[in-house]
Amino acid sequence: MLDRPAIVEPLDDDKIPATFTGNRGLDQEEPLIFEIGRLDATGVDIGAPAPVETRLGALERNAPIGLPGLTEPETMRHYVRLSRKNYSIDAGLYPLGSCTMKHNPRSNEKIARYEGFADIHPLQPQSTAQGALELMQTLADWLMKLTNMQAVALSPKAGAHGELCGMMAIKSAIAAKGEGTTRNVVLIPQSAHGTNPATAALLGFSVRVVPAAPDGTVRAQAVKDALDDDVAAIMLTNPNTCGLFEREIVDIADAIHAAGGYFYCDGANFNAIAGVLRPGDFGIDAMHINLHKTFSTPHGGGGPGAGPVVLSERLAPFAPVPFIRRKGDSLQLVEDAEGAQSFGRLTAFHGQMGMFVRALAYMLAHGGDGVAQASKDAVLAANYVRASLRDVMTQPFGDRICMHEVLFDDGWLRGTGVTTLDFAKAMIDEGYHPMTIYFPLVVHGAMLIEPTESESKASLDLFIATLRDLAQSAKAGDMTRFAQAPRLAPRRRVDEALAARKPVLRWEEKTAAI
Amino acid sequence: MRYQPLSEADRSAMLATIGVPAIEALYADAPTETLLETPLDLPSGKSELDVERFFSRLAARNLPASHAAFFVGAGAYKHHIPASVDHLIQRSEFLTSYTPYQPEISQGTLQYLFEFQTQVALLTGMDVANASMYDGSTATAEAVLMAHRLTKRRKALLSGGLHPHYAEVVRTVSRLAEDDVETMAPDVRAVEDLISRIDDTLSCVVVQTPDVFGNLRDLTKIAEACHRNGALLIAAFTEAVSLGLLKSPGAMGADIVVGEGQSIGNSLNFGGPYVGLFATRHEFLRQMPGRLAGESVDADGRRSYVLTLSTREQHIRRDKATSNICTNSGLCALAFTIHLTLLGEAGLTRLARVNHANAVLLAKMLAEAPRVEVLNETFFNEFTLRVDGDAAELVENMATRGVLAGVPVSRLFPGAGLDDRLIVASTEVNTDEDRAAFVAALKESL
Amino acid sequence: MSDRRYSKDHEYVALEGDIATLGISDYAQSQLGDIVFIELPDVGKKVVKGKEIAVIESVKAASEVYSPVGGEVVEVNSQLGETPALVNDDPLGRGWLVKVRISDPGECASLMDAAAYSSFLKTL
Repeated sequence: MLDRPAIVEPLDDDKIPATFTGNRGLDQEEPLIFEIGRLDATGVDIGAPAPVETRLGALERNAPIGLPGLTEPETMRHYVRLSRKNYSIDAGLYPLGSCTMKHNPRSNEKIARYEGFADIHPLQPQSTAQGALELMQTLADWLMKLTNMQAVALSPKAGAHGELCGMMAIKSAIAAKGEGTTRNVVLIPQSAHGTNPATAALLGFSVRVVPAAPDGTVRAQAVKDALDDDVAAIMLTNPNTCGLFEREIVDIADAIHAAGGYFYCDGANFNAIAGVLRPGDFGIDAMHINLHKTFSTPHGGGGPGAGPVVLSERLAPFAPVPFIRRKGDSLQLVEDAEGAQSFGRLTAFHGQMGMFVRALAYMLAHGGDGVAQASKDAVLAANYVRASLRDVMTQPFGDRICMHEVLFDDGWLRGTGVTTLDFAKAMIDEGYHPMTIYFPLVVHGAMLIEPTESESKASLDLFIATLRDLAQSAKAGDMTRFAQAPRLAPRRRVDEALAARKPVLRWEEKTAAI
Repeated sequence: MRYQPLSEADRSAMLATIGVPAIEALYADAPTETLLETPLDLPSGKSELDVERFFSRLAARNLPASHAAFFVGAGAYKHHIPASVDHLIQRSEFLTSYTPYQPEISQGTLQYLFEFQTQVALLTGMDVANASMYDGSTATAEAVLMAHRLTKRRKALLSGGLHPHYAEVVRTVSRLAEDDVETMAPDVRAVEDLISRIDDTLSCVVVQTPDVFGNLRDLTKIAEACHRNGALLIAAFTEAVSLGLLKSPGAMGADIVVGEGQSIGNSLNFGGPYVGLFATRHEFLRQMPGRLAGESVDADGRRSYVLTLSTREQHIRRDKATSNICTNSGLCALAFTIHLTLLGEAGLTRLARVNHANAVLLAKMLAEAPRVEVLNETFFNEFTLRVDGDAAELVENMATRGVLAGVPVSRLFPGAGLDDRLIVASTEVNTDEDRAAFVAALKESL
Repeated sequence: MSDRRYSKDHEYVALEGDIATLGISDYAQSQLGDIVFIELPDVGKKVVKGKEIAVIESVKAASEVYSPVGGEVVEVNSQLGETPALVNDDPLGRGWLVKVRISDPGECASLMDAAAYSSFLKTL
């Protein structure tokens, strides 16, 4: 364990003088573009339009829009200043459980910008985009091999979109068997991501909740008890949202199949097992893969993601268009279902090509063995954090092996006056992004830590030492580090109730004039 | 492996702390029969140089827009993107951050989302916009679901000028959600009669302008008919630059406006990632899907931004959420908002004028060319041709002459008997040489 | 009101004649935290005992309110549209939610009185 790395003079807010600008050195305030921009300013020089007779009929705009412009230097400064108010994985450990904030290789960014990928149109002749189709096919091959599944739908745009895709395939397969009206229930464990019940409800399924055993996992017996001939599918995350491997997953798959239902596996946590275990070997029928998590396409402040779905042989015929087919020497993108069983189309074009490039670059850089090592290191790091904090923090299901993330509850904070939220905000003052808090909902005051394989041992040791130090303060009743936290971030705690009670969702002229 | 900091010595020390002999022991919960005995049949890792070589070879087999005289549109458009846009979105703090759930250390993302929402609301002529959707097509499907919730009706009417892929996305979701959809026949000349089909069983009507064939549509009367019948008008667009020159959908009475924002700030990317725009009226706010950034204050009273109204979202409402969507298209929204800030009203208007003028010039040249006919009365930067022959074959032939001429309608509406139609787009990137090349290649290929 | 009675889901009913005023208990509001929005039913809506009658949203959660009695909605607290915080500040008074003309006064009998509810809270 580390000692405190450096002793700094305790901070006293009163000692910091107010500044004229409101800035504090590198921490600079930045107005809205609507407050600094001008209607006649622009950062793009565009030649004059050719003099022509317009073909707009009576639909030409006759009133100003109200959009402010900035010149290029002003634009650079505005967004660079904004960027400095953000935490990022490049700047520090980002242990957000269930989000997988790992290193984003810049080679992948470079490759995604090759003209041959970034500057091709989804509807240009397929003969002029064979390299792009080959890339998609190679990615699909990798995904099928890593999962031991028979087909893959590449077009879903994110994890939740992938869930929708998988469940649409299942609904179509059930309808094809003539059971569309009778099988209308989906089994979902209490600890599931909110997207699972939301997806099921969107497709008209009702949700039957499966309870978890005291150890945080789902028992095959509990699934059997919930099974009936009205069950269409089970949606189960594995490893689950508590960071635990579902031990009885094979028995659960057998049970759902014996009852005539399908197994949708939420692959959000595939990064714990990629290259080590294949979901197809568990007996699943469909699983989405978050390329932005497992294969490290950047999160970009909340997207874009990509959520390809691998499918079993019995669901493959229902896959959405478009899909790729080999025809002689060339590849063909099939965009029309041609009367086949495909359930239809999920998005205008072929999926998140920009993410495919990055994900495949990540795979090729790692190789099969490297992907496995990444999974193992992620699991190792989470267990290392668990083992290093288990004597000061409490775990909801006892001290047991976890997968790529470790879940603590707030039992150890009881009576201290410090809440999970306070503890998370104090981490900000220490220079860390907090872990995921209050998720999963089934665990009181949940703190879900996912360190990922990208952290060095030294980085993990400092993180652990920091959390131990904070834990000690909390237990000693030193509220100053918690009640007011964060004090050193670009903002103190933000009034979320005010934002929700009186929503201000856009700038309005009355608050300031251009 | 260059991305993995742990050494074998580190791993041993960590295993000792955990109290297990090997990493494999951490997978003890997995059923024994599922543990792989031999490594997967996948190649070993490659150096950065080798990875880049692999992709360079693939990229070389594609014809980029900038290497051709390029006239392909129908839902995605080639525009020039200022270098500063791509530089800024690659800043670590934007590229490698997560959804801004901790507002104290995410003000950068939250403020640009607030600015983005305002720009989209202004552009569409609506009151509020969300922080973006996956793309224009999924935004359209979400708008239909939203209209169903608001009207408590479950039937949508889709214009025959709506991009057929958008219509297909709506139909797919609707069929599986067990809602009704009626789709009008492909409407090349914008002559369909929607109004007589609007009645009080409809939840919404979806109309695109400029439509997929390039025609401009006045939505005013359709909006009135919708409102008389308690239905909502959803206006869609695929070319955001058109809003710089055209009356906004909001000004024509739309209740929900959805569209594709790719044209501003985002590359073609073979179809994704793009950025869906979604805007509506104040009164419908609580049924709007997607994330929202809102203004508030922090504990010191300083203006701050925060994700708000999240009780509509799946992580809280679960099976009662407005949508199952979890992510937005953050970085693409950032590219959109930076590019639009650079343009400003003056730049956007000028850009739109140049697009229109270039399309008008091309249409004039084609009107004089033999064996083709421009079908549009009105258009912005895209129109439909009737050609003497099969448009798909024509496109292939012209491609061999370095001209990517457009999208054959048969690719969008297979089996609709429109094999002799071609949708042609022209933007600011097209030069006199490009137009001359188009006409020359056309003459040689027809 | 002396005859305020509580359900195990932390709703209360205060009965005057055949009009029941419904709200949530002080314990319930404190558990929810800052309330930001309340979805109320339309006047005239028929409500069934045990079924959803309103939704209360706090910053982090949305909770259904189940009607402890059946009947017809005769009035809703229109102040809550502008000031949902009334439910936090005064849940038993100005923060009431809905008034219902009840169909079966007997339904109130199965609810807890203040003393019983107070002991019930101690078991949580």
